[in-house]
Amino acid sequence: MLGKLNWGAIPIDQPIPLIAAGAIGLILAGVLAWITRAGHWPYLWREWITSVDHKRIGVMYVLLGLVMLIRGFVDAIMMRTQQAAAIGGAQGYLPPEHYDQLFSAHGTIMIFFGAMPFIIGLMNFVVPLQLGVRDVAFPTLNSVSFWLTAAGALLVNASLVIGEFARTGWLPYAPLSETGYSPGVGVDYYLWAIQISGVGTLMSGVNLVTTILKLRAPGMSYLRMPMFCWTALGSNMLIVAAFPILTATLAMLTLDRYLGFHFFTNEAGGNPMMFMNLIWAWGHPEVYILVLPAFGIFSETFSTFSSKPLFGYRSMVLATLFIVVVSFTVWLHHFFTMGAGGDVNAAFGIATSVIAVGTGVKVFNWLFTMYGGRVRFATPMLWSIAFMLVFVVGGMTGVLLAVPPADFLLHNSMFLVAHFHNVIVGGVVFGAFAGLTYWFPKAFGFRLDERWGQIAFWLSITGFVIVFGAMYVLGLEGMTRRLQHIDNVEWAPGIYVAGGGMVFMLLGVVAQVTQLVVSIRNRDALRDETGDPWDGRSLEWSTASPPPSFNFAVLPDVHGEEAYWTVKERARKEQSLGDAPQYEAVHMPRNSATGFVTAFFATLTGFALVWHIWWLVAVSLVGAYATFVAFAWRDEGEVEIAADTVAAADRARRTARQAWLDRQEGAA
Amino acid sequence: MQARAITATAMRAATVAALLAPLAGCAAGVLDPVGPVGHGERTILFNALAIMLAIVIPTMIATIAFAWWFRAGNTRARYRPDFVYSGQIELLVWSVPLLTILFLGGVIWTGSHELDPARPLTSRARPLEVQVVALDWKWLFIYPEQRIASVNRLVIPVGVPVHFTISSASVLNTFFVPRLGSQIYAMNGMRSQLNLQADKPGTYWGQSAHYSGDGFSDMNFRAFAVPVAQFGQWTAAAAGRGPVLDAATYRQFARQSQEVAPFTFRAVEPGLFDAVVARRLPPAPGPERGRGGTGVSPGDAG
Repeated sequence: MLGKLNWGAIPIDQPIPLIAAGAIGLILAGVLAWITRAGHWPYLWREWITSVDHKRIGVMYVLLGLVMLIRGFVDAIMMRTQQAAAIGGAQGYLPPEHYDQLFSAHGTIMIFFGAMPFIIGLMNFVVPLQLGVRDVAFPTLNSVSFWLTAAGALLVNASLVIGEFARTGWLPYAPLSETGYSPGVGVDYYLWAIQISGVGTLMSGVNLVTTILKLRAPGMSYLRMPMFCWTALGSNMLIVAAFPILTATLAMLTLDRYLGFHFFTNEAGGNPMMFMNLIWAWGHPEVYILVLPAFGIFSETFSTFSSKPLFGYRSMVLATLFIVVVSFTVWLHHFFTMGAGGDVNAAFGIATSVIAVGTGVKVFNWLFTMYGGRVRFATPMLWSIAFMLVFVVGGMTGVLLAVPPADFLLHNSMFLVAHFHNVIVGGVVFGAFAGLTYWFPKAFGFRLDERWGQIAFWLSITGFVIVFGAMYVLGLEGMTRRLQHIDNVEWAPGIYVAGGGMVFMLLGVVAQVTQLVVSIRNRDALRDETGDPWDGRSLEWSTASPPPSFNFAVLPDVHGEEAYWTVKERARKEQSLGDAPQYEAVHMPRNSATGFVTAFFATLTGFALVWHIWWLVAVSLVGAYATFVAFAWRDEGEVEIAADTVAAADRARRTARQAWLDRQEGAA
Repeated sequence: MQARAITATAMRAATVAALLAPLAGCAAGVLDPVGPVGHGERTILFNALAIMLAIVIPTMIATIAFAWWFRAGNTRARYRPDFVYSGQIELLVWSVPLLTILFLGGVIWTGSHELDPARPLTSRARPLEVQVVALDWKWLFIYPEQRIASVNRLVIPVGVPVHFTISSASVLNTFFVPRLGSQIYAMNGMRSQLNLQADKPGTYWGQSAHYSGDGFSDMNFRAFAVPVAQFGQWTAAAAGRGPVLDAATYRQFARQSQEVAPFTFRAVEPGLFDAVVARRLPPAPGPERGRGGTGVSPGDAG
């Protein structure tokens, strides 16, 4: 009846995951109880769970990303403390079978369920606003994408208490991940969680590519799009091109594990090295999927907070597309040590360093964006400048690892760990925090507390430098990664220093949460009426904060590269906002529970597949399909928002803008 | 070849070394090599680092300088909101990284060939053959010419090139002695080549640098580089004691185990390593069961 699932699946012998899960369960139950008592369910269901508004979905993506970043960070704390407690004969407090799950879960969660949702969320929220349109191309699909990602995250976290997670690392290299060496359900959890969320990511990629290519405000030609839209386009084209490789690779591993195929086994002609090739053919573009949108965020912040247009816009577009193409030609640098020979290694080494040309161009253009500007050191700008400083170091160590003879010394070492955290934390996560602080007032109508933001920044950057600086040194000392206990006592000082740095990181996280709480409590003082708190340059700042469901009362007419800046300049010059436009009724897509219901069935399907509960697999697949058919058959896809409502919403915004204009006059 | 390279780049390397001195002082790692391969790789590491630091450091300084000088409060800085394009700067931002990478590309090309792990070392001495098998979770070193084998302890003669042929009994590992240089994958059914040499007697840390399962943390060993005469004594002593490694013993030995204390086999069945690579000795088994039941794949049931 329940397949392989029985009481043995609960790790009763391991108190730590049980206590952790108990705590999470209590918090979750508390939140749910509070929602029920306060009677928020109808509101949540109507306004968020079934919403197909790209802004709401974007916010939910970011929220999921934030929660998962904290989960992954807890894993990181446990890894650092375990290593510090297990040097020279000591075993620490985590046995290998738990520690191995921990670092696998840390990587999987941080990349797939922390960084990806965060970045996709920001793109979801910002891109349609910057393009001057009312929603993404496929709003309901967008909701399905989000909920499938959440389903994957739920499965990964369920593995904590029901069964186990993979003990293979965040990429389940064969043959370790084959049934023979990983007979438990850990790898199965990994496979189904990633496949389900991967479908969501792929559809989200299709959605945003279509949106950018087909839906732009009148006059918004490609070379007038804000830089963030360009990098989002690059990132999503990479998603569309690369994620099918991941899906196919994991499907082959699934066939090996479930039906006795031999794609990657040692036996019967399987080729484990093919798994490595395929997974990195996705894995390397994935790095750029994450970092390109972050580059876009920095382009926005450098320009806005320097009160200047982005320097070398066309050069930046070219560099972005250059990175998109070249990112597909470098995957072999992840395994120079396979012994492919001088020619092959050199070719991929050079291809890898060629990418640095694209990023180098970007760095110089950001630099010259500040040149001749008026730089304001608001929190988003602090993250951006820190990014510049740490990213050039991370890029440099990356190119160092792309030099095969150097990689022969540093492959899989703590130096490598330091390198990719240097670029992913220093690039993607700093970018995400910059973006969060930058666009938060747009999403909620009030700014985040600046003081706590700066405290969080300084704590995080201090911790960052200590932790990853120590790891660089450990790598040069020959320390490899993923060690549950440390036999070589020479590494002890570095491990202690890295552990000490984690204290600052932890305080940084606490400060971030505090910032959120303080800001929400002081929201009236932090409120932004104008919709343009940073003196922004692109269209998202031209509408109210938070924007109405239809984004723009009248679709903007774009002249020039910096759509909103041009409008503001004209208003300043003419001392007038221009005449009120002719308001018309707007048609917006109707809410739909399709995404939520599909994801519910997808979660059940994944869980049932992990535990071989075949009847449940059949039932939930039928359920998911039925949901889709029901959606396809619905009659009314849109709701009409009357012209009066649109006009009323816009009038409030115009009043605030008029007040802004008067202030400008007063200042001048 | 490596010695010449070191002299030629001594200046540059010295600069980088000075920067890295506090790190190098901490412990004996890849920056303190004891053989030609490690030396050559460290030289390339320093050269590549020096080439890149030449633009990274100015960029970092410029970032701080620009941000500070053009801060909003600085009335002396000139505000130039229209400074958004400059052909000369454009040329600069593309050509500086490009030229750097061009230069570095040369280092990569020559380095990849000169330090290809499969490339034999130039030496008058005949290389010692060592066959390495990575097992769950221990190392087996077979000395085919001496017909002995050693577990979790590598003994090599100083000043003699060693030719390692490396394979795995089960999953992926890498064979790595940080102070000797190059690591390379141990893969089941495949044969990796690695040439190393120790120039200084000593005991060096060795390990697998690729995660291979629950017992991974114990997959380390000591490499003893000893004078040639002492190496002869060791092999002779090893040939006089310990069990014999034949197919049956190997099958038993290949089962998963951890923290195996070093010992030697006095004799090894000829062709055993080839049998492992050719899978005439089948891949070693994994664990009996995992959480959530035994394996179900019919193909792997046996």
